[in-house]
Amino acid sequence: MATTSRATGSAQAATAQAYQATYLAAAQDALRLASRRDRFRPVAVVSFAQSRTVEREDHLNEVEMLMPVVAEALGAAGITKKELGFVCSGSSDYLVGAPFSFVMALDAVGAWPPMRESHVEMDGAFALYEAWTMLQDEDMDTALVYSFGRSSPGDIRRVLAMQLDPYVEAPMWPDHVAIAALQARALVDSGKLSEKEMAEIALRSWHDAMSSPTAQVAREAGLEELLAEDYLVSPLRPHAVAPVGDGAAAVVLAAGEKALELAEHPAWITGIDHRIEPSSLGARDLTVSGSTRLAGIGAGVVSPGADDLGVTGGAAVEIPEVDLAELHAPFAHQEPLIAEALGLDASVRLNPSGGALSANPLMVAGLARIGEAARRVMDGSARVAVAHATSGPCLQQNLVCLLAAEAEAGGAVSGRGA
Amino acid sequence: MSEVTMSDPEVLRAPHVLEFPYSRSVGRDLGAFFTGLVEGRVLGASTRGSPDRVVVPAREYDPITGEDTDGLVEVGPGGVVTAWGWTDHPLEGQPLQRPFAWALVVLDGASNAILHVVDSGSHDAMSTGMRVVARFRDPAARVGSITDIECFVPEGSAPQADRAAGVEPVTVLSTPIRLDYTFSAGIAQSSFLRGLSEGRFLGQRCPRCGQVYVPPRGSCPTDGVPTTDVVELPDTGTVTTYCVVNVPFQGQAIELPYVCAQVLLDGANISFMHLIQGIPADQVRMGLRVRAVWVDRDDLVPSMESVRYFEPTGEPDAPYESYEEYL
Repeated sequence: MATTSRATGSAQAATAQAYQATYLAAAQDALRLASRRDRFRPVAVVSFAQSRTVEREDHLNEVEMLMPVVAEALGAAGITKKELGFVCSGSSDYLVGAPFSFVMALDAVGAWPPMRESHVEMDGAFALYEAWTMLQDEDMDTALVYSFGRSSPGDIRRVLAMQLDPYVEAPMWPDHVAIAALQARALVDSGKLSEKEMAEIALRSWHDAMSSPTAQVAREAGLEELLAEDYLVSPLRPHAVAPVGDGAAAVVLAAGEKALELAEHPAWITGIDHRIEPSSLGARDLTVSGSTRLAGIGAGVVSPGADDLGVTGGAAVEIPEVDLAELHAPFAHQEPLIAEALGLDASVRLNPSGGALSANPLMVAGLARIGEAARRVMDGSARVAVAHATSGPCLQQNLVCLLAAEAEAGGAVSGRGA
Repeated sequence: MSEVTMSDPEVLRAPHVLEFPYSRSVGRDLGAFFTGLVEGRVLGASTRGSPDRVVVPAREYDPITGEDTDGLVEVGPGGVVTAWGWTDHPLEGQPLQRPFAWALVVLDGASNAILHVVDSGSHDAMSTGMRVVARFRDPAARVGSITDIECFVPEGSAPQADRAAGVEPVTVLSTPIRLDYTFSAGIAQSSFLRGLSEGRFLGQRCPRCGQVYVPPRGSCPTDGVPTTDVVELPDTGTVTTYCVVNVPFQGQAIELPYVCAQVLLDGANISFMHLIQGIPADQVRMGLRVRAVWVDRDDLVPSMESVRYFEPTGEPDAPYESYEEYL
């Protein structure tokens, strides 16, 4: 940056200062949330089902895609639709270009007699957050969360331009790969990541996906082969960008005693939080994920440390040892960025399912991260797992969920993030 | 639906276009920003915070703190690239239709970057930290849009922008949106549509509750289970309810007044909307027995357009009890 003028440098420093002042208050707030988690009613994931992600699903409409997934999730939990206290879904009508397609999708559940229901125009993980909130009311004990995404009917690179500022960004039709490339460049320039490391993340993801029956891309490949690919938008090559695919997923949540009735080993949500950053790309530091960090603090996944301006707030939050993490990184460079924000070191197994680089049905992949992490807690292969979901350009909004075999948040204090 | 294709033996597909001619009012500061672009300059807004910052594009608020801004400041037209990504394959609608770089550019005097593009000629000519300058369109071609800056170019390679004076303030931004889709009807609706092209109504029955749905969507909305039994229904039915349309509207194709009714086909458990003709509008009534009038055999298509309208059969009206459940 030798050519940066002094005026530009000082103006940006002022931005960083403004950012940090607001961040300090938010970090204290997140820590306060984490320290009060024992006041929440215990809620657990008791079942998860996901369709196979395919490049183009046009034999089935949304309802037909969802029905087997919903039936599988309910069947695994051993309950019927009529017993559900709440239903919440996540999807985006822009993907298929059919306004109110989410209303039609309710047919997959059968909304008669009229049910308590809600929808978010976001990934299903954020619908799960709403369901978790609803289950804090002791009037209901179970919730179904489902999501579906069909990206194949439209040109997803044009459709996703619509998520940007409609005044000064969207009129240029910036596609999501181009926007992500700016973030990847910022990371490469900062020395945090190389193009080779991005390819290695793709290789690991595809390899792990070979044991996942729902993945879209699962194969062995060579590093040199990947690095020889032409750029899609430099520095992103095709392997560093999640495949476009169609799919659906469903999760059943249950609270308190009900969770123990419905699952032998429920995956208890011992912390959950989500945070959003400004929409203006130019106002953000793309080399860090402040919203993931704050959501991680709020969920009790990481302690505020030196990077958080030394926030301690006096609240003692026990940070458990994490066995694995399912991180929603639709671009290879975002996985280490999220892991860093959550203080996950090399001992934590990342994306054993193959992650978003193996299957990224839009509006579904975040909920699937929670489902995949919960599945491994329920089957005993993990005691504590972290799930993360993202929405918006360059990790604008992030949700972090801590899942554990025991209802009480706890375990050894690892001091990660300190 | 004349463009429907049947490349797959089971599933019907058709092009589907979403178009929105959005006009957005731009407000005080964004209005000043767009007016500035027409004039050939870039405006930011000063924050009142300490330290003072300049938010670009000008906004009434600071995107980080949400506080009000106070006063406009001219920035640029030169600046520094803080991040970039090169594309060899521009997409429809993007600012340049030749290889270019997307970039975040911090204009001189600004506190944050803006998103735009750099026309440097080649990937190798790009670098983080490089100085660039805005290349404005000709004054006559500027409309008050972010694309009034055609692109940024390496510093020294663009002439100074021609300034325009006496510019009308920009108050509205036109942002036409067009998205192209290939709509797929799925198996259940494809079966229904194919039935229409054969001059018959094909519904589906719920295996659990026995209800018959037409058009079918492949599932029972009550039980949430797949409906797979195909049921052929007669083309006679009953008007359950209706309205008389008297108000002209854009795209109106039928002479006023006309009747839109919910028709419950005999044997179906759900009604659908269609036209009632062959009877004066003021004589249409609930319980009226009707029959589908199809287009000529050669004109049948996989669409509801195969049914021109429903007309009275002349039978006595259906008793209220026979359709009250479907109101």
